[in-house]
Amino acid sequence: MKILVCISQVPDTTTKIAFTDGNTKFAEAGVQWIVNPYDEWYALVRALEIQEKGGSTVTLLNVGPAANDAVIRKALAIGGDDAVRIDADPKESYFVAAQIAAYAKSESFDLVLFGKETINYNGAEVPGMVAELLDAPFISQASKLEVEGSGIVCERPTEAGVEVVSSSTPVVVSAQKGMSEARIPNMRGIMAARTKPLKVVAAVAVDTLTEVTSFSLPDAKSAVKLISPDNMDELVRLLHEEAKVI
Amino acid sequence: MSVLIFTEAVNGKIKKSSLEAVTYGSKVAAALGTQAVALNLNPGGADLSELGKYGASKVIVGKNASLASFDSQVYTAAIAEVAASVGATVVVTVNDSLGKAVAPRLSARLKAGLVAGATTLPNTAIGFNVTKNVFSGKAKAHYNIVSAVKVISLMPNAVQPEANGSAASVEEVNLNIGVSAKTVIKEVKRASTDKIALPEAELVVSAGRGMKGPENWGIVEDLANVVGAATACSRPVADIGWRPHHEHVGQTGVAIRPNLYIAIGISGAIQHLAGVNQSKTIVVINKDPEAPFFKAADYGVVGDAFEIVPRLTEAFKKYKAGH
Repeated sequence: MKILVCISQVPDTTTKIAFTDGNTKFAEAGVQWIVNPYDEWYALVRALEIQEKGGSTVTLLNVGPAANDAVIRKALAIGGDDAVRIDADPKESYFVAAQIAAYAKSESFDLVLFGKETINYNGAEVPGMVAELLDAPFISQASKLEVEGSGIVCERPTEAGVEVVSSSTPVVVSAQKGMSEARIPNMRGIMAARTKPLKVVAAVAVDTLTEVTSFSLPDAKSAVKLISPDNMDELVRLLHEEAKVI
Repeated sequence: MSVLIFTEAVNGKIKKSSLEAVTYGSKVAAALGTQAVALNLNPGGADLSELGKYGASKVIVGKNASLASFDSQVYTAAIAEVAASVGATVVVTVNDSLGKAVAPRLSARLKAGLVAGATTLPNTAIGFNVTKNVFSGKAKAHYNIVSAVKVISLMPNAVQPEANGSAASVEEVNLNIGVSAKTVIKEVKRASTDKIALPEAELVVSAGRGMKGPENWGIVEDLANVVGAATACSRPVADIGWRPHHEHVGQTGVAIRPNLYIAIGISGAIQHLAGVNQSKTIVVINKDPEAPFFKAADYGVVGDAFEIVPRLTEAFKKYKAGH
């Protein structure tokens, strides 16, 4: 199976979130960048597990500027045969999806894997867009993926229960918790990652559909109201009369 | 011109999140001076005329044999077909598991800008500006959708359903669709019906390492039962196997936004807060007054969970008996 794993670069989960330029840009100074956890822990590791059974190739793909190469190498240290970086500012979901779809189409991948969403934009938008642009089936937010013959079988938790869904290939899958366990890169992986091929591809032109006009921080929470441990009736009263949630 | 709202029904009832979406969509239509049209592809006996009360001028039921089972490609083609026939300039979906599978496809198909997880009505004074949460709830982004057609996937529980209108006419329309499903749902493993599904729960009781061991979860479950809440847990507790993984809420687990979140013996690491900080009201019970969770809480109780939780359960019992 020819597998493409799409990875995003995101700020580390403990990053303090702030904005500059009149709240139009994320403050990047001093930020530690990582591979989006859903992409790394679930999509990439599951692709590697499939590869370890034999007969598959794993290519990593990122849409971003040259500064992203360090994070791409971090992902390559966990595994994968090679990587591709589409050289562009990932300005919006549709732009990123169109880049990925153009590359995936030219290389005829059987399985295109994503994490379920990025931890910075939380949109879960790109995988579905790529599927539509490829005219391919899409299994979103899958918690399990097995190769069966020339197709795949996934589990997908929904509000009604866990769906067991099969699909032909080529197929797009976004992955969430349950699909695999995170791996820590070893020294051999880190050394090997330095020399794995990282191809840079020019971006295709895409119309702009959305623009971020500004960012803001959530309204400051008022200070916590402390209730005496001996007066739980008071807590219940406040939940009913003040918070009005029961 | 119109605003098209995609709705879902389960077990013969329209989902609450769909009522929210119709309420939202009818307000968008009013702002644009047009009508709101609701769409359903698999009503399963639900009375869809009721959607008129929430602001829909008309309800369309799309008919095609392939719609009996969900496939994102087929559903996207169906919604796009109806969107074209009613001249929709805005399509509204719910940002739930179906919406997350369909809205991005629809966006790419219609070349329509998407805001997934929208929490506000569009501000049409500055274009078509919609807000959503980003950085796992630690910030908000304000988006202008600049394409001619727009897709909004509405965050559940962001608006409340408002029933002010009267019943709408329901029209059945045969759809061509033109694509066939490449996925097959072979089975649905239903969650046990006596438990409340975590992502949809309005009340959640959650506990962490402060419980000291899985054998102590009885008092947590007692409280949840009395409150009528779903149970959840922190990541360490799921990782060491005290609780099942599907109960893990946080950045890498389930992100929830219930009306009430009661956290017992959870310190409140930033990754945990990312999954729960959209909750309307947060109650934190922790013996460490310095626990970071208190900074994110509305109500806090400092003390021993093993004493406080049974007392809180009793207090809820008393409250329930009187209401």
